[in-house]
Amino acid sequence: MRGDAEAHEFVAPGTLTAVLELLAGAPGEWTPIAGGTELMVAHAAGRLPASKLVNLWGIPGLRFIETTPESIAIGAGTTFTDIRGHAAIASDLPLLRRAAAWIGSIANQSRATLGGNLVNGSPAADSSPALLVYDAVVELISVRGRRRIPYSDFHTGYKKNVLASDELLYALHVPRRFSAHRQYLRKVGTRRAMAISKVALGATALVEDGFVRELRLAAASLAAFPARLYRTEDALCGKSIDTGSKRAARAALLAEVLPIDDIRSTAEYRRRVAANLLDEFLTELQAPEVTR
Amino acid sequence: MSANWPAIRITVNDIEREVQVPPMKRLLDVLREDLRLTGTKEGCGEGECGSCSVRMDGELVNSCLVPVLQAQGSSIETVEGLERDGVLHPLQQAFLACGGAQCGICTPGMLMAASHLLDRNPHPTMAEIREGLAGNLCRCTGFIRIFESVVAAASRPEPSTHAR
Repeated sequence: MRGDAEAHEFVAPGTLTAVLELLAGAPGEWTPIAGGTELMVAHAAGRLPASKLVNLWGIPGLRFIETTPESIAIGAGTTFTDIRGHAAIASDLPLLRRAAAWIGSIANQSRATLGGNLVNGSPAADSSPALLVYDAVVELISVRGRRRIPYSDFHTGYKKNVLASDELLYALHVPRRFSAHRQYLRKVGTRRAMAISKVALGATALVEDGFVRELRLAAASLAAFPARLYRTEDALCGKSIDTGSKRAARAALLAEVLPIDDIRSTAEYRRRVAANLLDEFLTELQAPEVTR
Repeated sequence: MSANWPAIRITVNDIEREVQVPPMKRLLDVLREDLRLTGTKEGCGEGECGSCSVRMDGELVNSCLVPVLQAQGSSIETVEGLERDGVLHPLQQAFLACGGAQCGICTPGMLMAASHLLDRNPHPTMAEIREGLAGNLCRCTGFIRIFESVVAAASRPEPSTHAR
């Protein structure tokens, strides 16, 4: 069944304030739409439940990248093309840049927004593992004001998040203190272009004198939402990377992840590949750092 | 009902147009049905195949995923806008010369993706061409002739008729 354009009310208040007032006036009634790369697919197939949509695309004040010495702020309406093209992101957040480059195609990257990727909340979201291992903070906004929470607390379940019904995701704040960390991000999909992840694993690690001083691991498609792998991190923190710690980390990861069988892959494949990706990263850590 | 629809102004191939349609109508359908620009094709209708690619304010977009209200005030270029004064765009000439078009469904999208690529990167490597066209699927030519067409267009001296 084709979607019916006439079945949806779609308004463009034009400013962030006006959008927030609309949401506050009828909490839960309006569905925000930004680049449309998710909702328009559902619309075309006649599967878009929202009857009332409010436009975020082109709203001034949502599409920005601002840098301070400590962090990079990325507006929720920033596209992945914007992210790919930004010099400070390329130098300080290379994993985020890499994730942006493998989202869909050029035509998807020019429309898909960082905020949309996170609010949509797919377990396979491409930008999530990078943001998680960089300790990103999300800033939420409503007529009641603004609040910031760690991105790792944003998702609460399958396609569920902490946003109140009158709130929008406003921006991501990503610290710039990971340049001394070893960094890793790999996505495994059916093919290189246009494929949604079967599994993705990201990591940042600070290794000193052969010991893991800090470690962040995050995965996509290994649970109901993108998440840090805290128990696997615990298995490695303070340790040197050797056969024993790698084996313990693999066991911790296999005990921690909760993948499912779905149209893209199987739980068993995802578990094995996730463990192999972790092993690949840890093997990289064992090697002396090379200039990338 | 139609009286309640907003008037939406879009510049399409350098001509200002105005349509009064449901704001959730896809840009693809507005181009084809309301503006009778049927060069832009629908393939998958879900942003995977690139057949409906057009340029929106210079960026490459899938017109099947753009609700027309979001195109308000923008400048759209479709495959019909590539030709100038009866002279085909160098990419169109190269697709003809190299056998880059077969059934023709993917061709308009391939041309728009390739024009977007060459505007930003006039002399792309084969890897850059492959990435630039990765969102456009072809079921006929096997892609090689399409890539060769882009290489051929990029190797031509810039003809003055297409100076932008």
